[in-house]
Amino acid sequence: MSIPLNHLLIFTSLLFLTGLYGALTRRNAVGILIAIEIMLNAVNINFVAFTSSLKNTSPELGQVFAIFVIVLAATTAAVGLAIVVAIYRNQKTIYTDEIDLLKW
Amino acid sequence: MNAVDSLFFIRSEIFLAAVIFVVLILDFFIQQKRWLGWLSVLSILIAFFLSPSFYPDSGLFFNYYTLDPFGFFFKTIAYLTIGLTLLASLAYEKIPQKQAGEFYVLLLTMALLLTFMGGATNLLMIFLTIESVSLTSYLLTGFQKFDKRSSEASLKYVLFGAVSSAVMLFGMSLLFGASGTIELSQIGELLKSSASIPQNVLTQTGGANTHGMILMGMLFLMAGIGFKISMVPFHMWAPDVYQGAPTPVTAFLTVAPKALGVAVMARVLFFAFPDLVHKWAFLMTWISIATMTIGNVIAISQSDIKRLLAYSSIAQAGYILAGLATPGELGLQATLIYIAAYLLTNLGAFFTVIAIERNLESNELEAYNGLSVRNPLLALVLTIFLLSLAGIPPLAGFIGKIYIFSSAIKAHSIPLALSIALNSAVAAYYYFNVVKAMYLAPPKVKEPLTNPFPIKLAIGTMLFGTFLIGLWPSLIIQAVVKSLANFPIF
Repeated sequence: MSIPLNHLLIFTSLLFLTGLYGALTRRNAVGILIAIEIMLNAVNINFVAFTSSLKNTSPELGQVFAIFVIVLAATTAAVGLAIVVAIYRNQKTIYTDEIDLLKW
Repeated sequence: MNAVDSLFFIRSEIFLAAVIFVVLILDFFIQQKRWLGWLSVLSILIAFFLSPSFYPDSGLFFNYYTLDPFGFFFKTIAYLTIGLTLLASLAYEKIPQKQAGEFYVLLLTMALLLTFMGGATNLLMIFLTIESVSLTSYLLTGFQKFDKRSSEASLKYVLFGAVSSAVMLFGMSLLFGASGTIELSQIGELLKSSASIPQNVLTQTGGANTHGMILMGMLFLMAGIGFKISMVPFHMWAPDVYQGAPTPVTAFLTVAPKALGVAVMARVLFFAFPDLVHKWAFLMTWISIATMTIGNVIAISQSDIKRLLAYSSIAQAGYILAGLATPGELGLQATLIYIAAYLLTNLGAFFTVIAIERNLESNELEAYNGLSVRNPLLALVLTIFLLSLAGIPPLAGFIGKIYIFSSAIKAHSIPLALSIALNSAVAAYYYFNVVKAMYLAPPKVKEPLTNPFPIKLAIGTMLFGTFLIGLWPSLIIQAVVKSLANFPIF
């Protein structure tokens, strides 16, 4: 007895929205990056769930896609953290509402 | 086509990849970094002439990379932008000498990635190329790492960009779930064959919701690509990033990723969703109107030239999208012609800004007062580029505007045509504000501006191109018709 696809889709939608809410409301830049990772994990679960329930496609397709997503999520985190370090050196803060040199 | 046979067709990419490593290694030994810059420019030129003269029947690498005239058009655009940006950055002293080699390497990598982006026809390649182009742009934006504005711009870019690519990926997962494939053209066939197919595809959802899933997937995917094009409402990052980034990077970012984003958008819409054309054409019409209006209206109140041109480039993205909003042969031709004209004029304008910035150390509009006295030629050239952006004949921008306008008229899209006409008038106002400052305001100091050879060469090339397309538009029109030959237009 496998988990019904509907349940998985509801779960991933909630997970995605949790991540989106976090990305929109957190002040801390590192917090936003973590929220983005949550969104990407929702995508991964989606791909794997769809692969296991699709009849007419090769089973690797979605899983390989998920692995690519994991790899690029890691590189995004690396680049993002490097930039956060650079901004901390320059402005001594990583709270996004205090970083406001550029506006209008 | 299998991987070994495919190698012949990507020899220019292989060459470029080799050059990237050579430049990276030479960076250790060569103290005069400008030679690395010249080497990079030269290798872009060689790579362009290495590209194969005929096209394969099927996709390369088991259909993961499509080589067609459409992709070649955008490859030309990518190489042209990168080559000239390299030239302009040779004259830009604000990039630390120590890191200049890495800067050239990143730009060359960008050329390679953009080429692949133009040939991406399945979801995995679209995701990979868009994401890696974005990652490289974040790094280039924050390249002046001790500059507060530069690092702030890159932080904003990385946060917005990562969220939007997560949204795009969620859309891709929905599309994959609804269709069971990641090939764009197969998604299109599945939609075309009938509504009953998706029922067999999914074992558990019962098929009732797959149409909704495809629509949601399309919207999410468009949002993710739209972020790269800076279409409203995903344009918030653009002014900040364009103002904070080093000016050569800004010049490049306003053109190449935007043009390639439009290429991917066109492929997605025309390959995967030809059956939903009424839905996305309607959406695109209003997005395009909103993009040009918001870009132009906010640009009026700007006092920093880079920020002004940033908002102007948002508005220009609106004009480019107008070609996609009126789907059909003329609409696509208009898009491509406008992109070519926009490339020449916008790059030219930004290069002129670089030439002025390195003398004045300022980008404020007030610093431009009386520029016509201090360097008449530079003032004249900037005026020409601004006129071309506003769409005045006989310059390149005019040809683009004519095509966009006539495709809107032909599709009977009256709101779009009206909005293009009104926006052109608004845009002319703030472009002429710059011209007014240069010619009518008195200068504070009288010392003339001088510039080195590379930047003069870059500006000269753009000026030549602007006049060439403006005076002999048949050149670009024929090239565009040829590059759309194999493109499936319904």
